[in-house]
Amino acid sequence: MATDNISEAHLYAHKEADMTKQKIWKVFFYLLGLTALEFIIALGFVETGLVAKSAAVNVIYIILTLFKAFYIIAYFMHLKFEKFGMKVMLGLPITLLIYMIILVLIEGHYIGLHLYK
Amino acid sequence: MNATISKLDEVKTGNWSGGTSPFKVEYGKIMMWLFLLSDAFTFTGFLVAYGAQRMFMQDTWPDPDVVFQSIPFITDTGAPLVFVGIMTFILIMSSVTMVLAVEAGHRNSKKEVVTWMILTIIGGLTFLGCQALEWTHLNHTGFWFGAIPDSYQGAQAMGATQFSSFFFAITGFHGFHVTVGITVNIIILLMTLSNVFERRGTYLMIEKVGLYWHFVDLVWVFVFTFFYLV
Repeated sequence: MATDNISEAHLYAHKEADMTKQKIWKVFFYLLGLTALEFIIALGFVETGLVAKSAAVNVIYIILTLFKAFYIIAYFMHLKFEKFGMKVMLGLPITLLIYMIILVLIEGHYIGLHLYK
Repeated sequence: MNATISKLDEVKTGNWSGGTSPFKVEYGKIMMWLFLLSDAFTFTGFLVAYGAQRMFMQDTWPDPDVVFQSIPFITDTGAPLVFVGIMTFILIMSSVTMVLAVEAGHRNSKKEVVTWMILTIIGGLTFLGCQALEWTHLNHTGFWFGAIPDSYQGAQAMGATQFSSFFFAITGFHGFHVTVGITVNIIILLMTLSNVFERRGTYLMIEKVGLYWHFVDLVWVFVFTFFYLV
């Protein structure tokens, strides 16, 4: 059994040469850039009062966060180079979760508006 | 009759009949991915509860820029986001060293794997230390599970209590994940040093541990956005 696993591991061990050192650092600078952008918005615009803290700003934060999540999952966790079936297996449940998040946030907002008023 | 039996005995080689792995991914790695998916559900559950409560108590929710504005040993007020920015940078950095360890593993280069794994472990420990400082500071100002500073009164106290409990529960759970990650990283480092993967001929274990470590980083990206920025 153990030998089976090892031979199987050998089959898949060397197919990931496509993630070179150069690419890793490139992704790192993307992540750093996106984080820096969030800080510039938070400290440079919202904190100084140039832009009011609003839902629109929050949407920008969330979009930047999703971009960061994409880079981590696709390149660092290597999902971009896996088979299509595996991407669907892992991606579909998470996508459905977004629907749940929207529903629950709307519910929470509604209760906040009406319950104690 | 004979033909049917031999048909049954035939070794199956198709993708979906047990012959080969349909995803061309080793068993342990798929299991790690599935575990991470279920872990993602747990964290989503936490963050969704947090989001719903926050929408519910929008008017009384404390401003994160007021709550988090200290840098340990430097200043207690007036520096929102700076310290957590450093923490985020440390965690992203340790994610990069981890992926470099994986890359070195593909080339079966034991020396490089050891170097990058040590740096990853140091990064993780530094992050945990920062989190401990952050918790200590918040505890000194009066925040704890279900406890808030006296400055929050009346309706404000309700939002602040929710905020405080959610903050400690979610960052605590994340910190627990980081602790487990560091422990596993140390085990893998020791296995590398004692030539286990050298004998096995493949450094695939580094990849599996790497997946977990990146997931911890991934969760922090969301925690950072929803607790500190939004």
